[in-house]
Amino acid sequence: MIRFLKRINVYELVRPVGQMVLFSLGSAAFMSAIAISLALALDGTAVGASLMDKYNVSLYTYTMLNLPQVIIDGLTIGFVYAAIALGYTMVYGVLEFINFAHSEIFAVGAFVGVELLIALDGMGILAGASLGMAYAYLILAIILGMMAAGGLAVAVERVAYRPLRGASRLVPLISAIGVSFLLQDVIRLVESLTSGQFNRIMPTFGNFDSRIVFGKIAMGTSKLTLGISVKSIIVIGSAVLMLVGLNYLVNATRVGKAIRAVAQDRPTASLMGINVNRIISLTFLVGGLLGGAAGVLYALKFTRIDPFVGFFPGLKAFTAAVLGGIGNMTGALLGGIVLGMLETFAGSYMGVFTMGAAGSEYKDIFAFSILILVLIFRPQGLMGKHVMQKA
Amino acid sequence: MISSFFKELFNRVNRGYWSYLIVIGHIVAGSFLVYTQPRSNLAFLVLMTSFMSLYFFTTSLRFKLIAAVILALVIIPIVGARNIFYLEVIFQISVFAALALGLNIVVGFAGLLDLGYVAFYAVGAYLWAFFGSQQFYMLHYAPGTAPAALPFFLPGDAFYMFLVVGVIIAGLTGILLGLPVLRLRGDYLAIVTLGFGEVIRVLANNLDKPLNFTNGPQGITPIQRPTMPDFAVDWFNSVFGGVVGHNVSAAVMYNLMFYMFALAVIIVIIFVTRRLDDSKIGRAWTAVREDETAAIAQGIPLVKMKLAAFAVGASFAGVMGVLLAASRTFISPESFSFMQSIGVLTMVILGGAGSIPGVILGAATVTILNLQVLQGFSLYLNELRQSDAVIPIINFAWKDLSNQLDPAKYQRLLFGLILVLMMIFRPAGLIPAARRKRKIDLEEN
Repeated sequence: MIRFLKRINVYELVRPVGQMVLFSLGSAAFMSAIAISLALALDGTAVGASLMDKYNVSLYTYTMLNLPQVIIDGLTIGFVYAAIALGYTMVYGVLEFINFAHSEIFAVGAFVGVELLIALDGMGILAGASLGMAYAYLILAIILGMMAAGGLAVAVERVAYRPLRGASRLVPLISAIGVSFLLQDVIRLVESLTSGQFNRIMPTFGNFDSRIVFGKIAMGTSKLTLGISVKSIIVIGSAVLMLVGLNYLVNATRVGKAIRAVAQDRPTASLMGINVNRIISLTFLVGGLLGGAAGVLYALKFTRIDPFVGFFPGLKAFTAAVLGGIGNMTGALLGGIVLGMLETFAGSYMGVFTMGAAGSEYKDIFAFSILILVLIFRPQGLMGKHVMQKA
Repeated sequence: MISSFFKELFNRVNRGYWSYLIVIGHIVAGSFLVYTQPRSNLAFLVLMTSFMSLYFFTTSLRFKLIAAVILALVIIPIVGARNIFYLEVIFQISVFAALALGLNIVVGFAGLLDLGYVAFYAVGAYLWAFFGSQQFYMLHYAPGTAPAALPFFLPGDAFYMFLVVGVIIAGLTGILLGLPVLRLRGDYLAIVTLGFGEVIRVLANNLDKPLNFTNGPQGITPIQRPTMPDFAVDWFNSVFGGVVGHNVSAAVMYNLMFYMFALAVIIVIIFVTRRLDDSKIGRAWTAVREDETAAIAQGIPLVKMKLAAFAVGASFAGVMGVLLAASRTFISPESFSFMQSIGVLTMVILGGAGSIPGVILGAATVTILNLQVLQGFSLYLNELRQSDAVIPIINFAWKDLSNQLDPAKYQRLLFGLILVLMMIFRPAGLIPAARRKRKIDLEEN
């Protein structure tokens, strides 16, 4: 036992946690500073006056009142993006190829997990479950979603990408787009054949919808509530666990060393006795597992899913991977958190700051604007310069 | 073995007068079948495939040209006037063929994967929709609140001017988007163009405030068409009325006219594409597509050449957009989704990137699959649902089949399957682009 404990590389367990805390706090502080200073600057202008007319609250108070919730929401979605982005970035690191179908692998994970919970709910198990059992079922759903998504990712690689290895760059990319479209309609077909409609709602059970309130701070006439919903804690907590696990796998195990070797130089890795095809399959498996788990977590957070649910999260996660520096795992983490924050802040405050001219309906294209800006000014991404580990 | 048998058979038949006889026979048989069975999809397919035999059999160029003109300008309009469903299919084929030919310049010649091609189509469509409708006077009204009797901003005949304006504006949009992103590697470009396509769609959806430019999700209607002289309808009826069997209305005549416009655009695109392909630019595109590094080493201005391809492709989409807005008299953001972009890409990939006849074949195949096969399958399923039929072994009554299962809506499945299968089994497409043999004529020099 002690020998086993001794072999654990504690540094590789602590380092990613430290990074996550740093990135979360940093991006939260940065975005809050921008929002608050904008609010202070605009408070005296027509923007502040119109808000005063409507809700009788100053722009600064309004910003502060919403800030805790916005930060928590941003973090939650940011960690989901990070988990998906890791799938993109790992595959890109190994094959230099954008796995366009990753967003559908995410969607399949979400559907499998939610279908399990719906089935359990239909049997009446969920309604009477104790708190502990509710968590057990949720974990079961996540694991099942992970397995389905991981298996699918490996299968897709085997069928649609491996035969094309060595072809020109666009060929596997077009194939991946095809797989993505195909999977969307296959999900829709299966779902509409089994139940007549293709949307699924996550059943409510356990205490996931309740909120933990830490306290209230008086702000002018209203009160600032400090609290967090259980859902968000679960999403963030599971994402952190998975990301730490992945980091450990890649940076502190033999298999991880093989993955890094293949990413660095495929022919040489193969000469060193590494089975390159197996490592590539493994990369897809790991990416798929993360994507599937992210899918179930996404469903938990947003409740409603449809076969096209993967499209936007997938694109944003890809943006996050590029933002952080594609092929770089720490970068994907940073990119995911930053993008989640940016998007949530923009979605919550843009409407107020522009007097309703451009509100949250532009949230989805916000990511693309960032993507274009990053690609123009810093194509290697935020952390692309010093590639510490390319996995 | 089977393919070599067919090749042998084709070579046996494709000589001397036999090939002329077969082509003429095919056209006559197709026309006859469609004439006698105006509702049969199969007859229509026989007629449409006569274009293929015209392409594949060796005949003189003059014969090919005359036959193609008769087919496209006489036989097909008559068939369309007899059955307006065919007219719709033919019109869509010609629109998508034009779009696919435009995208072919970007994807096939320059090797740039553009996943947001429909965005330029949308730019053209919204351009004419804004200026050719009452939308200009609705700028300050929220959607649905504008008074009924607003004037039109421009007369319908300004459409002809906007065909040119559409080319210019869409081309400029292409350059503006291309300038920053064309420096990127191919797969980044794909994602950025995809993003741009979404940006245009979201803008079209939401630019109904603060100023109402696009009327939001409801879309803009009515959009004006160029005026149609009365004598055109009378002339068509007096000449072809006997063959068509009934007098056509101005509405059908309009559709015929837009089909002709689309054909004209296709001819222009083919002409431009071929001339460009033969020029210095075309050779630069080939070099860029095959090996970027080598192309730079040869002194080819990479970004400039990519930009040229991007702008040319975009401007053709722009002119088709203007055409679409006028022919439909209604446009909404729905028509410019990501799926449409992938649909056009599917046509290019299926036919063969870089190959003009291939791309046209791809556009026709995908459109017919989409409009006739999938929808026919939907109708068939609906009939089964109405009936009492039961699947024997598993004992499943068709009545219980979900209403959501509507094959006509499963275009993504179709596009996805085509893309994956083509990439794995025939990446060069159904009619691969012939690599041009550029002989240096020593005697001349």
